[in-house]
Amino acid sequence: MTRDLPVRDIAVVAFAQTDHRRTSEELSEVEMLMPVLHDVLAQTGLKTADIGFTCSGSSDYLAGRAFSFTLALDGVGAWPPISESHVEMDGAWALYEAWTKLLTGDADTALVYSYGKSSPGPLRDVLTRQLDPYCVAPLWPDSVALAALQAQALIDAGDTDEPALAAVAARSRADATANSHAQLRGSVPQGEYAVRPLRTGDCPPIGDGAAAVILAAGERARELCDRPAWIRGIDHRIEAHGLGVRDLTDSPSTRLAAEKAGSFERPVDTAELHAPFTSQEVVLRKALKLDAGVRVNPSGGALAANPVMAAGLIRIGEAAARIHRGESDRALAHATSGPCLQQNLVAVLEGDPR
Amino acid sequence: MSKEPVAVVGVGQTKHVAARRDVSIAGLVREAARRALDDAELGWADVDAVVIGKAPDFFEGVMMPELYLADALGAVGKPMLRVHTAGSVGGSTALVAANLVAARVHGTVLTLAFEKQSESNAMWGLSLPIPFQQPLLAGAGGFFAPHVRAYMRRSGAPDTVGSLVAYKDRRNALKNPYAHLHEHDITLEKVQASPMLWDPIRYSETCPSSDGACAMVLTDRVGAARAARPPAWMLGGAMRSEPTLFAGKDFVSPQAGKDCAADVYRQAGIADPRRDIDAVEMYAPFSWYEPMWLENLGFAAEGEGWKLTESGVTELDGDLPVNMSGGVLSTNPIGASGMIRFAEAALQVRGQAGEHQIDRARKVLGHAYGGGSQFFSMWLVGSEPPDA
Repeated sequence: MTRDLPVRDIAVVAFAQTDHRRTSEELSEVEMLMPVLHDVLAQTGLKTADIGFTCSGSSDYLAGRAFSFTLALDGVGAWPPISESHVEMDGAWALYEAWTKLLTGDADTALVYSYGKSSPGPLRDVLTRQLDPYCVAPLWPDSVALAALQAQALIDAGDTDEPALAAVAARSRADATANSHAQLRGSVPQGEYAVRPLRTGDCPPIGDGAAAVILAAGERARELCDRPAWIRGIDHRIEAHGLGVRDLTDSPSTRLAAEKAGSFERPVDTAELHAPFTSQEVVLRKALKLDAGVRVNPSGGALAANPVMAAGLIRIGEAAARIHRGESDRALAHATSGPCLQQNLVAVLEGDPR
Repeated sequence: MSKEPVAVVGVGQTKHVAARRDVSIAGLVREAARRALDDAELGWADVDAVVIGKAPDFFEGVMMPELYLADALGAVGKPMLRVHTAGSVGGSTALVAANLVAARVHGTVLTLAFEKQSESNAMWGLSLPIPFQQPLLAGAGGFFAPHVRAYMRRSGAPDTVGSLVAYKDRRNALKNPYAHLHEHDITLEKVQASPMLWDPIRYSETCPSSDGACAMVLTDRVGAARAARPPAWMLGGAMRSEPTLFAGKDFVSPQAGKDCAADVYRQAGIADPRRDIDAVEMYAPFSWYEPMWLENLGFAAEGEGWKLTESGVTELDGDLPVNMSGGVLSTNPIGASGMIRFAEAALQVRGQAGEHQIDRARKVLGHAYGGGSQFFSMWLVGSEPPDA
């Protein structure tokens, strides 16, 4: 398989995140975001004015007001005026937009951030507003119910069973004990059925959080970071919206994105998967052909902390941070959006040889 | 390292109206996309990626509607990005799409922006219920009227200038079959006698609330060489943002707008915009924004923009036509309005603007802004490719 490599080497050089918590009602979104922005800037020694491009991801529907991202911009300190953009998507896609901007050569550094406060509203109900507004949304099928349909399809296909799902949950929360930012850590009971066959332990915690990443190109990356996490490939694909026309036990969009990102060219040692439900890790492992030797979600993944709109960017950040620390040489990061893994992004990150 | 030149080879839009009750949201966007593809003589399979933009999701009551629109826009199996940068989003969306081509990530990209404002009430959707803030604003006009008054005081412009802009734009719209407002019996007297909404902005000096979508097909040199009709070439493009409110902010002529224009002119080698640029399609939701943006964009010295309007320079047959399509004053599906500006600039340099085509359109500026005069996106397109 041949693939055109990116024309410019671009790396994640810094990553920061909040402690993700069930509620942050004492903080505005700007107040939640500010420490994270200061953190990534301090890691690199950059100031806002040094950043070539800024891009963020967030959702007005979580904030409950139109143009919610404009207030976050105040936290960035956009004065003198900055080159800036925003996607109404998870921050992983904001990172993708920033990556293309750096590829054009218009900028050498980019600040990417995203945030989400799920605490003010009933998240399961809010996410139903993502569905086909004419035929599906009026029925209010919530995110857990749709994930349960997917889980049942996997069980019916013989791809998993309830004990296997419980093992995914237990492993994720056990790994999260080493992650001080995580919301659910250690021994968490599987609990009662939330929507059969998913138990509360199979579902992600609902919480608030923010994350930020700094990208840099070429030599600039080496100046800013001892071991940059080079983006060897990044791609994203979307599937049909109607669940009835999809095979919920598979994720062809993840597989295609991984192929375009070069994931299958050489094995990865680590994978940070954005799988909010245990059953979705089963789907993604299959689509990405991850074998037992790959360390999956050492951070605990979205089952340990799932701030909506930031959780995908956090996967890229966590994968990059492992490369920064020398704990990984080639890592895959994945982000998802939409019901039952409708839209998926895959990035392949590498550290310089040691 | 050089960027791949970006060409516009297809433009499509819906007939903009107050309410498109005959189509779903998917039907609306597909209509514009299909027209852009037809203009480019391309099919869905020729598109490598889709970049879609719109203003707040609350306008239609659908959270991240691109998920549901993936099928209607032929995006299944492809990358799909959703941009939201307030009122400037239509322009920003086109620029994000253009970057995909310029960075050689994709060869051909479909970009589209829409708003179906009849699904809700945009004016109250824009009246933000922020906790602990006095609820003094009714719609965008309530926010922008004080800045118009500041401009009038600073520049000493006569009170009539706003009505001249509205009268011109609404007459231009009569030549544009896609424009929302077609006021065949419009007179200057009627504009000046229309009810005062937000002093000094009268009813006929404000934008309508529209349903509509606009789409463009962007491609690289190879794609442009195969194009069915003359392409428009992107000569420069930029975005700039500044905070909503801060001590020292100039709402009349924001620094972010000046910086954005300067970046575009630098990329395109424009030394004197008034001399080097043939026409401007700008985001003027209230009449007075024409003279204000003419100054902000460098077409007139500070305090002098209204003289271009008053002397007829910005008329369709003037020396610097402004808002040939009829502008935002005649058509305003908010999320699409920026892209309609960008698309009109492309139509003009392609010679495809029909009845409102101007002579000698070699370089035309497309402009969009949003938020509290804080988000700017612009591109300059030309009939000839950028210097290699």
